[in-house]
Amino acid sequence: MDQLKLIKLQKSVPPSNFRNPKLPPFQNQPRRQRMASLQLRLSFTPSPLKLRQQVPRRSLDLKLPPRALSSAIKAATVNGHPGEDALLKGTTAPAQFSGEDSVALPAGLRRESIPRHVAVIMDGNRRWARMRGFPVGSGYEAGVRALRRMVELCCKLGIKVLTVFAFSSDNWFRPKVEVDVLMALFDRGLREELQYLVSADVRISIMGDSSKLFNSLQALLANAMETTQNNSRLHLIVAVNYSGRSDVVQACQKLAVEVKDGLIEPEDINEFLVERELGTNCTDFPHPDLLIRTSGELRVSNFLLWQLAHTELYFTDSLWPDFGEDEFLQALSSFQERQRRYGC
Amino acid sequence: MESSRSNNIVVKVFGSSVSYMRRWLFRALSVGAIPRHVAFILDGNRRYARKWNLGEGMGHRAGFLSLMTLMKYCYELGVKYVTIYAFSIDNFKRKPEEVQYVMDLMLEKIEGLLKEESIVNQYGVRVEFVGNLKLLSDPVRLAAERAMELTAKNSRAILLIAVAYTSTDEIAHAAQQSCLDKIQTRSGFCFGFAKADDDAITIRLGDVESHMYMGVAPDPDILVRTSGETRLSNFLLWQTSNSLLYSPRALWPEMGLRHLVWIVLNFQRVQPYLERRRKLLS
Repeated sequence: MDQLKLIKLQKSVPPSNFRNPKLPPFQNQPRRQRMASLQLRLSFTPSPLKLRQQVPRRSLDLKLPPRALSSAIKAATVNGHPGEDALLKGTTAPAQFSGEDSVALPAGLRRESIPRHVAVIMDGNRRWARMRGFPVGSGYEAGVRALRRMVELCCKLGIKVLTVFAFSSDNWFRPKVEVDVLMALFDRGLREELQYLVSADVRISIMGDSSKLFNSLQALLANAMETTQNNSRLHLIVAVNYSGRSDVVQACQKLAVEVKDGLIEPEDINEFLVERELGTNCTDFPHPDLLIRTSGELRVSNFLLWQLAHTELYFTDSLWPDFGEDEFLQALSSFQERQRRYGC
Repeated sequence: MESSRSNNIVVKVFGSSVSYMRRWLFRALSVGAIPRHVAFILDGNRRYARKWNLGEGMGHRAGFLSLMTLMKYCYELGVKYVTIYAFSIDNFKRKPEEVQYVMDLMLEKIEGLLKEESIVNQYGVRVEFVGNLKLLSDPVRLAAERAMELTAKNSRAILLIAVAYTSTDEIAHAAQQSCLDKIQTRSGFCFGFAKADDDAITIRLGDVESHMYMGVAPDPDILVRTSGETRLSNFLLWQTSNSLLYSPRALWPEMGLRHLVWIVLNFQRVQPYLERRRKLLS
């Protein structure tokens, strides 16, 4: 019976370019931004001539001279990576831009105040879908598209680590149909985006207890981690079946095992040893500089407990599928104005 | 003489009518849920002193006055646990004169709290000092221990003062204590046997939580950080995983009744969802 429900739900998910004409789309976005995101959403096959015209006007690449931009786009079509495919997915391949010299910061942001590690709690997908009369599955799909936008933005801005809270261990209590849709979305999303991650030089890591996931998903995640192991432009850490408290407890458990094996004394257990065993030990920058939570909730919800000791928290009312370039730049300017004292 | 006596009467009548209105306001608020545990990060004292050109260190004194006022309001409202972040382990990195001033002020205020007419005895408050007290100097630590001892019998409300506290230190300490406990329990069972013990040491969530300094109180419902900064600064990271975070722009000495009322109203807005979640997860 559940299988039937699942199939019905999947069938009833509107295609990604569907817009309900009764509801104004993206109600809390200005028209220009809606048009820009509409361009990214619609799938079409442009000719090389059209490519030059359809670069979104509010792109971060505004500061580049027009010649560099068009030659980069030409390179995208000429270099074997067909530009049309990239545009079908919704964006040009950012890996075509070489190095940090071509990353232009928007006016008002200083390079030294860009955070190295950004953490995001992607909240509000279901609310977004409900507001528009869509089923919940399309809210999650829109969330995946927003995550893709976020990854591209972080690559362009030179952020080193991006941690996202995809699935909490408390979320297993949601309706089973919803959880199944989410797991299917993880599977499909990862298969489709793996090629993009490889080409964009993004390393993916998984944090949390992945033993409760389907075997096929676990294998896929392990494969993705291995394939992208040596990428260095951006480190994307996805927290799946994660709980901050369980993370700390498993670190304490590992230390207890070391004590039992005689490697350390119980009196030697200190903050440094505990931090070494946490889920963020796969990166050189385990502490987020900025935590963003969408949808207006003012909570941390058991995400990255230990690592948030001196993190700047930023709460925004916009829902996760609507969180785009403008909102992210607002978060970064707010971060820039904060004075971080680290307790002094 | 007559005019000063009549002035006193006017002041008394005015004061009691203000407190009568406040109690009426709290009764109205109590129709909805009242938070059981509120935690405060007392940020902004030094900025307050600079803003009003008070002397060096007077900001902390002003902060103490506002702390007493807010505590009084919280206990009148019916909040059972109040936690305050008085001094962090990271604060030892400040200038030595400032650290010494704060320590002396703390000593003075702890002794003041134990006097007859203080808020502690008026509202039956039990005082607990949470943190790594071994890092404090002897006079302060002894005064703190004496305060805990003298107020141990009070039970109407509890005040937790976090001194020489950071959450990471608390968790590391809890991990250490759990390990030691497990080893002692194991060796207790094996007493008299010479064989090697193959049992693994298993540390669970409950073990870590039972060794926390903050184990005397439930998790906070609300965490308030003043002066507009939105960060946790290594305070109650473990306990505030599902708490409402609120950061008013007012500096700590400027906090007053209206901020508390706004905090409680915000809490009442999200409380049904949090309650449902808690029931689902327990």
